Amino acid sequence: MIHYALTFAFACFGLGLLFNLYRIFVAPGVVDRVLALDTMVINIIALLVLYGITSHSGMYFEAALLFAMTGFVSTVAYCKFILRGDIIE
Amino acid sequence: MELIAETIISLLLVAAGVFGLVGSFGLLKLPDTMTRLHAPTKATSLGVGGVLIASMLYFWIFQGKLSWHELLITMFLFLTAPITANLIAKAHMHRYSKQIKLPDTGTDSGWATFEDETTEVHPVMTRTRAAPAPTKADH
Repeated sequence: MIHYALTFAFACFGLGLLFNLYRIFVAPGVVDRVLALDTMVINIIALLVLYGITSHSGMYFEAALLFAMTGFVSTVAYCKFILRGDIIE
Repeated sequence: MELIAETIISLLLVAAGVFGLVGSFGLLKLPDTMTRLHAPTKATSLGVGGVLIASMLYFWIFQGKLSWHELLITMFLFLTAPITANLIAKAHMHRYSKQIKLPDTGTDSGWATFEDETTEVHPVMTRTRAAPAPTKADH
């Protein structure tokens, strides 16, 4: 039963990733692209954790944690760049 | 017992998948940036939280080891999602401040993000470049 649920969740998050990719290419402004990138990172974290469950390995949590941190920092840096035209003042 | 755990984990996974899909679909569907901000920051965060809790239960019940990494990732994501949403909204407001019509705040003071244009109060994010520190003359 878990197998089917995992497949369903994989399909959902993969489709979500495709939606984000579409939004990155077709967006009305740069802020929407940043938002789509942030969502993409979150979806990738979910995919990594799901893959960790399928392969019975706890190794992917470190990768997910690193993704969460770098995703947050990159979004903040991008927003700061849009706001000020500079990241570290 | 095993069947109950399996059912709970499967339900969590399915709910998480639906929430994640709704969050990403809202990014396409909703009409403008400020409303689009809601979909990923709330629904997708909930989806990832569901996946992480399902993973924690799975490793606890079927592998016999309780790991705290998932809780750490969940906490980190739930802490950072509002911050990124706030920053993105701020960037949008400053970038398109001419086009968008902001509603009245209903108080004496205006929107805090645009404070530095009217008063002398400088919020942290919109602070102007600091003047060079005065050098101390040697005696």
